[in-house]
Amino acid sequence: MCHQSVGLVQSVIEKSGIPTASVTLLREVTERVQPPRALAVERPLGYPLGEPGNAAFQKSIIIAALKLVLRPVDEPLILDFEGPSGAC
Amino acid sequence: MARLSDLKLKYRLYMQAYPYRHIDWRPGVQLRKFLRESKIAVVTSAAFYSAEQRPFDPSVRRGDYSYREIPEDTALETLRIGHKSDAFDHTGIERDKNLALPLDQLRELRQGGLIGEVAKRHYSFMGSITAPARLVNVTAPEIARKLAEDEVDAVLLTPV
Repeated sequence: MCHQSVGLVQSVIEKSGIPTASVTLLREVTERVQPPRALAVERPLGYPLGEPGNAAFQKSIIIAALKLVLRPVDEPLILDFEGPSGAC
Repeated sequence: MARLSDLKLKYRLYMQAYPYRHIDWRPGVQLRKFLRESKIAVVTSAAFYSAEQRPFDPSVRRGDYSYREIPEDTALETLRIGHKSDAFDHTGIERDKNLALPLDQLRELRQGGLIGEVAKRHYSFMGSITAPARLVNVTAPEIARKLAEDEVDAVLLTPV
């Protein structure tokens, strides 16, 4: 139920006026909870930022998720994480 | 990517039939400055807490909706994990808490100039909540208020 809980807290924070982005490992649930922005990561439950001990992978997911807050949203946005990217 | 069809039978049946809630957050708000100038906070459902804090309570019916503040200067290896769910593999966050609460990585991103600042407070709660009314009406507004107090520009949220 983590994905519903995170999506709801995210929606409340966004509604309060602070832009938000989450990671999702369970797209089916995030599609139903409809938070503002989510980055879909191909990792199992329990591994939202990639791999333990892999700082580069973790940072690339963090940056990809944070870039989502630069986008205006009128509808829930779910984007797939495409792998490490360049400078932001 | 996990799929509901991959979950253990008890979770699969429950989560496929569950009436998921959602909150109308529209219109969304957009970050109006560069990430390199922005203060970032993290909210995670990984149920991390420090030794000085009250543990999460797995006996709360339909889910412990409380939260813990995690200061920016916390040494991640000192945090405990209070998650009751066996729906996910805990070994990743046991090995490296950056996997859900990436304080070390945010500090490096700040040093590298990719983000402006790491917020002084971050937040952790236990995501296993099936009756989310108090999470929505009590916990989330309190967290939002503290984020605003700390002048946080954007929030990253991580489920486990």
